Amino acid sequence: MPLRNKDILGIAELNVDEIDLILDTADSFSEISQRVIKKVPTLRGKTVVNFFHEPSTRTRISFEIAEKRLSADSINFATSGSSFSKGETLLDTVRNLEAMNADIIVMRHGIPGASHFIASRAHASVINAGDGAHEHPTQALLDMLTIRQHTGSLENLTVAIVGDIDHSRVARSNIFGLVKKKARVILVAPPTLLPHRVDDLGVEVSYDFESVIPKADVIMMLRIQRERQGKVLIPSLREYSRYYCLTPERLKLAPAKVLVMHPGPLNRGVEIDPAVADGPHSIILEQVSNGIAVRMALLFLLGGRSSREQSN
Amino acid sequence: MEQIIIRNGHVVDPSSQLNEQADILIRDGLIESIGRDLQIDDAHEIDATGKWIIPGLCDMHVHLREPGREDKETIESGTRAAAAGGYTALACMPNTSPVNDCQSVTQFIIDRAGRTPIGVYPIAAITKNLEGNELTEMGELIECGAVAFSDDGRCVANGEVLRRALEYARRFDRTIIEHCEDLHLAAGGSMHEGTVSARLGLQGIPGLAEEIMVSRDIQICEYVRGRLHIAHVSTEKSVELIRAAKQRGIRVTAEVTPHHLFLTDEAVASFDTNTKMNPPLRSERDRTACLAGLLDGTIDCIATDHAPHTITEKEVEYSLAPNGVVGLETALSLILTHLVHTRKMDLQRLVETMSHAPRKILGIAPVVIATGRVADMTIIDPEKFWVVDPSRLISKSKNTAFRGWTMRGAAEMTIAGGRIAYSG
Amino acid sequence: MRKGTEPGTILNESEIRDVIQRFAQEIVSTYPDLDQIAVVGIQTGGAHLGRRLVHAISDRARQEPDFGILDITLYRDDIALEINQPIVRQTDIPFEVSGRNIILVDDVLYTGRTVRAALDALIDFGRPRAIRLAVLVDRGLREFPIRPDFVGLEIATTPDQKVHVRLKEQGESSDQVILEKGD
Repeated sequence: MPLRNKDILGIAELNVDEIDLILDTADSFSEISQRVIKKVPTLRGKTVVNFFHEPSTRTRISFEIAEKRLSADSINFATSGSSFSKGETLLDTVRNLEAMNADIIVMRHGIPGASHFIASRAHASVINAGDGAHEHPTQALLDMLTIRQHTGSLENLTVAIVGDIDHSRVARSNIFGLVKKKARVILVAPPTLLPHRVDDLGVEVSYDFESVIPKADVIMMLRIQRERQGKVLIPSLREYSRYYCLTPERLKLAPAKVLVMHPGPLNRGVEIDPAVADGPHSIILEQVSNGIAVRMALLFLLGGRSSREQSN
Repeated sequence: MEQIIIRNGHVVDPSSQLNEQADILIRDGLIESIGRDLQIDDAHEIDATGKWIIPGLCDMHVHLREPGREDKETIESGTRAAAAGGYTALACMPNTSPVNDCQSVTQFIIDRAGRTPIGVYPIAAITKNLEGNELTEMGELIECGAVAFSDDGRCVANGEVLRRALEYARRFDRTIIEHCEDLHLAAGGSMHEGTVSARLGLQGIPGLAEEIMVSRDIQICEYVRGRLHIAHVSTEKSVELIRAAKQRGIRVTAEVTPHHLFLTDEAVASFDTNTKMNPPLRSERDRTACLAGLLDGTIDCIATDHAPHTITEKEVEYSLAPNGVVGLETALSLILTHLVHTRKMDLQRLVETMSHAPRKILGIAPVVIATGRVADMTIIDPEKFWVVDPSRLISKSKNTAFRGWTMRGAAEMTIAGGRIAYSG
Repeated sequence: MRKGTEPGTILNESEIRDVIQRFAQEIVSTYPDLDQIAVVGIQTGGAHLGRRLVHAISDRARQEPDFGILDITLYRDDIALEINQPIVRQTDIPFEVSGRNIILVDDVLYTGRTVRAALDALIDFGRPRAIRLAVLVDRGLREFPIRPDFVGLEIATTPDQKVHVRLKEQGESSDQVILEKGD
């Protein structure tokens, strides 16, 4: 079964079969990154544009590596300080990318729906690499892949997602994916960092981290943005850490095989203690490696699709 | 001498107790007679068999954009769009550039509108430059032709200023129209705060932002015995507050837009910026409550909040897009399709909410289909099926939220001020 | 046609067993030092046959040569022509390829495109001393200049015919190769 749509805009748009196809394909791609020559010719002659309208190092590099390992021609198009500051609109950008005959556009943007905007106006496949606080589907896929490699299945696992849920695309995509895969999701945050109608997302909610830890098979920590403090959402990072930092003491409350995850970059000592981030339960670096495999899988699945459509 | 005879239409006008098939003879813009099988030789014949004839519609909430943003709409294009939608009168909001806060702007609008048969009634600003601080010269503005006052697009944030506006307007027995929104609670939002915003990650505008101001305004209105009109009611709680206020005898009226009657925040999931307006599309529960409020009389009238924007302005990222949608050319058809044909609303109530009530709130003369009156009526083809195609709208702007919707019923002819303003 | 076999059967279970034994015999006599060879099966039929070949060799030589499996999906030149989404399967080459004689195993040799892709894929793992090709059935109709070194059965076919290799490893009740008549 192929993917139904030409784009990967969000986990919300994927069904369970598609999620499984992507994760299974990504599993096969993990092996390529272990080879001496970490490159296959699959997407030779395909053009992938990495269009980043918001600064990002980790996601962009991960995509770039994935593209290069599949032999695609990748072009970076970062707009901070380029034509956007001269008043070029997103629509102009789409037209330009189309004129460059991009086959796949990987896109990061600060506003929810920006990748939908591009996707509905471009022939190329669009992969959403993060749109505001909406979705970050490749992150959720790599998170699910990483969990699955440890547990074999996502069904009936209890996953605690801890931090600034309301402003987090990582949280939203993971919630959609984990709920579809029938995991039990518990969101942990102060009420000010949770969406108003969070209960409607099919998750449980707790304000008390320590009461959740003993139930958790997986603890997924989110980065807390420094700019959240000092306004009305949280009084200070210090007080936030007091209740929501994953410390070695708190981790002792967890089941023996608990997995600790973080999408990065880490605020060491704020939401996660260095001893936990680098400790035996941490699978943070596996997330990074799996990010490449998942992105290769998506590029492969979409790249083949676009050429099939051209030739048919 | 010019004579028009409209044959065999079904005439409905609750204020003249008409609900029957009849011929209407119009001579020199005045209704000469109404009756069966009128004998007349040299009149222009209009066959209205199977059509409905009602008093001309009035939209009390329109943004004509002139002066200042003639690229979006002009008084000329906006009134033509109104006529095509079955409207014979409209009231235009003051948030133009410059703001309609002084006689010269009001006079400009009146002069510009002089050429069209559509009645154009300026609503002037409550405060100078819509800044919420100093009252405008309401008396002189009324003398120039302004009919009511509003800082629409903004709420009068300062309770003292709103109090004085409601008090001062009593001197002229005019209505203060409030756009109810607590700007702090709404800050940064681009859609309704609820289940859908939780999913989409777009910052929400809570219903609370509206309700708090509806509540405050009603209390001030009661305290000073003013005349208050709540624009574009969008939440269940607002409807409840207005219902309770009316029961207490407070002089408050309210309007609802077609988009708040027929769309919910689920539409935003497409990220189509033609679903972005202020107040935002609300939840299904809110939508249902607004509809119930309209049907039970809590909400007095339907107004479109016709807000034209160019394609360039709307073809951007969702949270960067301006608020608002056009509405003049789809409102009547939506009400016919979803309320009249489904028997939720009868034609009498349609006339009440789309013709009589808005004129009454604005203090302008009612239109009545009766002998001796100026001919001002909308002829409806109730069985015309059509699909909303933005490119075919007469309005200069195409930002409709109803693209692709199939409609049953439309204005076939609009006769305004004794003249045929539109013929489909 | 022999008794007890499905119509169109061109190799039955015992014949397939004989082919594998013959390959093992030839390989052991050609390469007395089994450390110098490795068997690589192409997913999925070639992988099963390759594994059988490894067992047959070790039965004779009391030494098991290295074995790997190769998925060539990512090297194919026809992904664009496929109607269906190709499935990427596991590739597992758990030994050093450089300097080895690689016995590449596939079930059916046809146009030669699969083998071409397999050669590219193998070369990305290192520089083998030589690559030899073993196929169960050679049905002719080559599009690329590729020739097998070990052949089970050579049979002339037309492009509208299909060759089905059914193996127990894939859940079949018995091993057989069937030639489906064309239209």
